[in-house]
Order: sequence, then structure tokens, then C-alpha cells
Amino acid sequence: MTTLAENKFSIDDFMAAERAKDLLRFSTAGSVDDGKSTLIGRLLYDTQSVYEDQVRSIEGKGTTAPGQIDFALLTDGLRAEREQGITIDVAYRYFSTARRKFIIADTPGHEQYTRNMATGSSTADATIVLIDASKGVLPQSRRHAYIASLLRVRYVLVAVNKMDLAGYSEERFGAIKADFSALLDQIAADTGNPVEARFIPVSALAGDNVVHRSEAMPWYSGPSLLELLESLPPAQQSNSAPLRFAVQRVLRPDASFRGFAGQVASGTVRPGDAITALPSGRTARIARIVTFDGDLEQAHAPLSVTLVLDREIDISRGDLIVSSDAPATVATEIEASLVWMDAQELAPNRRYLLKHASHVVPAVVARIHHRVPLESQSDPTAQSLAHTEATTLGMNQIGVVSLRLLRPIAVDRYGDNRLTGAFILIDQASNSTVAAGMIRAAVALPQSQAAQLLQTAITGPVTSRERFVRWGHRGGVLALTGSIAIADQVERVLFQEGMVTLRLETPAGEGAHFREEAASLDQTAHCAAQAGLLVLIVTASDERSLIVHAADHQATLSTEDPQRISTEIHALLTEAGMLAQPWRPDYEI
Amino acid sequence: MSVLDIFPESSSQPVAPPAGAPEPAPRLSQPRLSRLSHLRQLEAESIHILREVASEFERPVMLYSIGKDSSVMLRLAQKAFYPAPIPFPLLHIDTGFKFREMIEFRDNMAREVGAELLVWRNEPAIAAGTNPIALDTKRCCGLLKTQALLDGLRHYNFDAAFGGARRDEEKSRAKERIYSFRDGAGQWDPKNQRPELWNLYNARIHPGESIRVFPLSNWTEMDVWQYIHEEKIPVVDLYFAKERPMYVRGESLLPIEQSFVALPGEKPRMVKSRLRSLGCSPCTGAIRSDAGTIPEIIAELLSFRSSERANRVIDHDQEGSMELKKREGYF
Repeated sequence: MTTLAENKFSIDDFMAAERAKDLLRFSTAGSVDDGKSTLIGRLLYDTQSVYEDQVRSIEGKGTTAPGQIDFALLTDGLRAEREQGITIDVAYRYFSTARRKFIIADTPGHEQYTRNMATGSSTADATIVLIDASKGVLPQSRRHAYIASLLRVRYVLVAVNKMDLAGYSEERFGAIKADFSALLDQIAADTGNPVEARFIPVSALAGDNVVHRSEAMPWYSGPSLLELLESLPPAQQSNSAPLRFAVQRVLRPDASFRGFAGQVASGTVRPGDAITALPSGRTARIARIVTFDGDLEQAHAPLSVTLVLDREIDISRGDLIVSSDAPATVATEIEASLVWMDAQELAPNRRYLLKHASHVVPAVVARIHHRVPLESQSDPTAQSLAHTEATTLGMNQIGVVSLRLLRPIAVDRYGDNRLTGAFILIDQASNSTVAAGMIRAAVALPQSQAAQLLQTAITGPVTSRERFVRWGHRGGVLALTGSIAIADQVERVLFQEGMVTLRLETPAGEGAHFREEAASLDQTAHCAAQAGLLVLIVTASDERSLIVHAADHQATLSTEDPQRISTEIHALLTEAGMLAQPWRPDYEI
Repeated sequence: MSVLDIFPESSSQPVAPPAGAPEPAPRLSQPRLSRLSHLRQLEAESIHILREVASEFERPVMLYSIGKDSSVMLRLAQKAFYPAPIPFPLLHIDTGFKFREMIEFRDNMAREVGAELLVWRNEPAIAAGTNPIALDTKRCCGLLKTQALLDGLRHYNFDAAFGGARRDEEKSRAKERIYSFRDGAGQWDPKNQRPELWNLYNARIHPGESIRVFPLSNWTEMDVWQYIHEEKIPVVDLYFAKERPMYVRGESLLPIEQSFVALPGEKPRMVKSRLRSLGCSPCTGAIRSDAGTIPEIIAELLSFRSSERANRVIDHDQEGSMELKKREGYF
């Protein structure tokens, strides 16, 4: 127990020093045996960030020599991990030094945990890539560097570990540095996101250059890993970036107050600033920046505040308030990199929910441009990153796709803004988070069309535009003639993709009664199509294929494979104008 | 203008190293920006989470446990929705073993903040005399905390529940998401958690499922006390050192409450002590301390070599016991 008087502890001095500390988030990745857990355990232990009871609880356990502490045990939390001796999930650690507070996202590095690496990288300012000095650059290091670059982690700190086992060799360190630098250039060319790399020779087990500078490598005059972490500029968004503020909630405690609660994603906001609410395009000026602690003269990222405007404009949750000088892009068609994270693979044309900033919109993946193969068997020192064609993306795979959104949203390129350029995809049936997306490009929707689309009538009959926004297609009639099995598949595929269908069977027979029935069927189909449904009129025959008519277009299907049916039916629906977005110039009522 | 400490660019230079220190590491390119202290960054992140949940769920609730973390969480909720009132009720799971001071504090706090306070107890278990001495602590917690929590959430049909847990508290908590998905039975599956990227949280659930939300995930014990100091947040008197009657068993100090069962011949002694973490009286040990104010608690914390849950009996029953409890539905 400390006697307070002896220490002459001054809370004011202490708090002043604490207030001067900022927060740096970094991630690490590595596999079972490259010493990552040991490195983190060492960082925590040597900065006195672990308590004695935590050290006591692991003493005498683990795999290190008797008397030595197995630092890896400080960080492996779940029972399954301790039983199997591996790390299976992202774990967060906290420590601080005299200069800075740190949050570590500690992620497993195996191929099957690409999704965890992406998760840890998404909020990181820096990442530590561990390379075993005796093994050199492995496919795993390449995958890690690629994900860091894709997710725009600004600083990559390459810790060349186990230098003690490599005889503290400067040549070995130099060779790895050269290999990895070449790799980083290659990766930056592919992702479009350059990274700043630093190389440090370390031994996590012996403690060389982790916290303290090592005497074992006089040829290295640079900082230790911790010194480097302490001196990295915080990679927050620059305050001169354009204002982005996603409205999370409208606060109206009484008739006299109407404020928009949210967090400044980038830039600075001041009373008097001209803003635009997207996607509606309505403009106003900032009247007040309200907080519980009093009004502010300015607020910048990442403060959470409440904005009050100088006039009443219609803004609700999901809208993006941007600086009128530099607005975001309003779009329904975007191109993005996807990291697939679910066991159920990507289904093109199927409806997913896309969560971006503070809103959720239905979206479909209209096209897969390519996949980036980062598997172990591919050569880590190949000259360039090959792309492969792909019809889907499976768990832990990365690719570039085009998405079509059923409602316009305001976005930025991920390369310009890490918050307004990112999204996740959610499976509507399982509710799982299935993918992380980073926007590469967006097709700007002319403001007049976006505004027209967003005119949401509260009264009067429901319009075809409103139905399109709800269902993702216009109404129409498809005549299906031939194989009943294929017709069943067509109906099922459309249904699974979230389309609203009505199936009618043509009556069999002849005579006046039959003609009457056929006419009545036609009438029903027409009405339903007008109400926005996709009507399938099925005429079964013994044919082994199925002919589908839509308006003046036709397709012949001779397979029951859902994926091929989906592709061909979508091509037909597109030709027939049934997927034409009502806010596109080529739309016809 | 409020006192939010936004540092101008000029103050973002690091403090000069002391003489004889190794030369500072070379600096990488410096973008133009101003810095927010780590507490303001944590505050902004927590407020963002509180607002997301209030907007995306139909029936959220804040689990209010009366401790320091709950006190911070409650203040953050006031800030998140100001000038509007907190848009969800508070729920206290009362085991019947809470300290008297805690219950008084709870009722005063809810009144002051103007929040609706709900209290849920596992009355059948309490009536049956459930206690950690007759049962083991694991089964006692299971009935009075976990079962009561699940029953309470189900009774009011809450679909999201805020908890004040922090990732730095315990190893299995280090892996918990900010939105922690629970199945229809309120259970946690640590191997099958939803990925959580950027600040984009997946709030989709099926009927009967729920989400536990931890807005203080990234706060440490030290952050919590610093924030309490800066924001002048009231906390229960039990956190402050006073001469209190205690049963002394080896290194343990056991506070006297109505439920305490003394050993034959055991007599309480007055010990200057305080509680570092508030739990149920039979399972919460006190520590010897002179820290009678928040600055003194912070100074004491700097000198500590044991983690805050070291005095909690419940975490040490067996290897990974917190994880097992959480899987069953504990917070």
C-alpha cells in the first residue's frame, strides 16, 4: 500500500499529463509459431501493463523452459484456444506509456482467419507484420500486408522476429527487408493505397528491440518497436478534410428544439457553415453545435455532437450532412472491394442488406470483376498479383465487384474516407455479417434524379417508383413454356433473390370455356404486373428446355443450375427493362 | 465554449525526453490535425454506440449495476441524447445481496437523472434462501444473476441490453464484440461471433434473439476513474476508504452485511478499507486502503500490482470460469 503523502501525488499534474496522451490503435497478426503472442505479451509485461495476479495465473504453465514465463498465455483468452494452443478470434488489449495510450487488435494470422485480420485492420492506424527471420517472407505475411493496404492501415511496422535464432545477422535482415519492400510496392499498385513501412529486427523471446533497444545488433541504430509506436503521428482524419456527418438520430425533446445527433466522421464543423443533406440535396447553415457540456464553437472528427440548423429541412436518420463546398457522391451503382466473411458464399443477384454510415439499404452484387488469390500455394515472391475470374466469393476470399443499390446513398471512395467509403453486407435470412466492402468508385446520380426519386409521397396512391425501391424490380409478365422443373427453378431463384412473383398456370383444354379462362388469366396477369409484381405464366410441356418470353425478348434455358438460371434470367429482365432503375435517364414508365 | 480539451496543433509535440534518454525515434510524415485526448475519443465512440442502439432496436434497456462503470455509462447516455431525455429505462438485477448503500444510491441516481428504473429479482430463488455459502458461488450466480437477468429481459421483452463490461477486465471479455449476439436462450457463442468492422454494427436479429451492447468496451479501469474525476460523476461511498467493521481472514477483508455468516469465535475489527469493485456482499472482498477521494484512488491505482477482479471470488472458481458463465447468458 502506498502512503500518499510520501509520493506527493498531484492529481492536476497527473491529469494534465494524461490529457496530453492520445490514442493509437494498432493491429497484429501472426500464426501459431511466429511469436506474435509472445511479442504482445512482452510489450504488455515490459511496459508493466499486466498485474501480478495475471502473471501468477500463468506461471509454470505453457511451453517455455522452466522458470521462463510463456508470454503467449497472457493473451490467449478462450478455453478452446488454450486447449488447442492457437488463437481463434480478435482480442483487444490495452496499455499505455508516458506518451500515449494504445489499443491492440490482436488477430490470428492463418488463412482461414482473413476475416479476423480485416476486422482488426478496419480501425487500426498501424499494423505490426511479424516475419520469422529464419523463414523469410511467407504467403501469410503477404496476405497480412495486402489486407492492411486494402483496409488502408497507414503504417506497416515489419518486425523481423527470432533474430536470436538467425545469429542477429544484418544480411538476413537486409534480405528480408528488400523482399518485403518489393512486395509492398506490388500490393500498393493493386489496392491503390500506399503504405509507409518500417523494419525493426527483434527477438520477442529475448526482448531485443521490443521495448528496449538491443545491444545484440549494433548495426541497427533505429528505434525499438515501442519507441516507433510512441512516435507515429496519429492517423486520424485530417481536419481540413471535407465535413462528413452521418445523422444517427433526430432529437426533438419539445417543439422548440430539433437537433441532428451524430459523430463527425471527417472534417470540421462551425456555426455558420453551409451544409447539404444527402441524398436529398437540401441545404442549410449550421446554427448551433449542441453538447451536454455546452455549445461548441467548432467540432471535428471524431467528436459526437448534435447539430442544429438555421431552418427546418427534412432530415432523418441515415442522411449524410456534408459541407456544401465538397459534397459526397450520391449513387446507386458502386464498385467495391469485398472481403467475404461467411461460410455461405456470395450469391450474385441475390438481395443483401448494405449498411453504410447510419443507414441500411437493399443491394445486389451485379457483377464480380475478379478475385485476388492470396492462398498459401501461390508464390509469395511473384512479380505481380494475379487476378482470377470468379463467379462467386467464398469465406476469406477477396474480390472486386459492382453493386446495385435499391436506394441512392451518399458515399466517398474508401481511399478518400475510411468511414464514408466503407460498408458491410448482411444476409437477410441468417442476419450474419457476410462481407466487408470498400468503395473504389461510384457512378454519380444527377441530383435532379436523386431528388425526384426521394420525393416520398405520404399520401395518395403508391407509385411505381416506390414499389421499385421496395422490391428492386418493375412489374412485368414472363411467359414460361417447356420444362416444368426448370420453370420451378426460375420461380425459386427469383423468389430467393427477393423478387415479388405471382405464378399462374395456363389452363389446359379447348372451347369457349377455355378461351374465357385464358382471357381472365391474361387480365389477372396484367393487373398484377401493373401492381409491380413479376408474373410468371407457366405452360408445361414435355420439352427438356424452357423458353421464357419477356416483352419482345426471349431466352432459352436448358439447365436447372440455379446460378446459371439466375445469370440468364437477369440478362433477360435487363433487356426487357424490368430492372431499369426509375431514376435512370433511360427509364420509361 | 465548453471545456472539451481539443489540443491545437502546437501542443501535439511530444514531451522532451529526459537527459540521457535514447534519442527519439525519427518521425514519419505529419498530417495537419489537432488531437483529442484519449478520454474524449473514448467518450465520442461510446456516445456513437449508444445512439446507434437507441435508433436501431425497438426495446433497448440499460443494465444498471450501480458500480463505477454503470455510473460512467449513465453519464454517457445523458450526453448522447441531450437535450432529450434518455430514451430507454434502466434495469437493475437485484440479488438481494447488494450493499445497503448501493440500493440507496441507485434510487437517488435514477431520480436525479430522471430515468425510469426497473428492478428484477429472482424471487423464487431468493425466497428459497439461495446463497453462496450453501450453494457454491457458481450456482448462486447462475440463479440470482444469470437466471434473473434472462428472466428480466424476457419479461419486458427487451431486444438490446447495454452492459458496462470492459474488455480489459478479464481474458474472455477481451474477445467480446461491442454488439454481442445472444441466441434465443440468451447464450454467447464465442466461436461464432459476427465480424465487427469500422463503426458499422449489425443490429439484425430474429424474434427472441437479443444483443448485449458494451459501450465501454475500449475503456480501462484507469480511464473510468479519470473520467469520473474529470466529469465529477457521483459514485457509491463504498469505493472510498473509511474505518469499516470487517472480518479478517488471512489477507481477505470481508465486509459485514446482513447476510454474513461468521465462523465460530470470529469477531469483526475496524479496518480502514474500501471496495475496488462492487458486487454481492458475501462475494466481494474489501482492500486495505487510505484512498478517501477520487484523486487518492487514482494514485492508489497507479501503485497497484493486482487486477481489479482479483478480489472477486466468482472469477476464480475454475480456469475460464467467466467464459463459461458468459456462455450461459451472464454479462
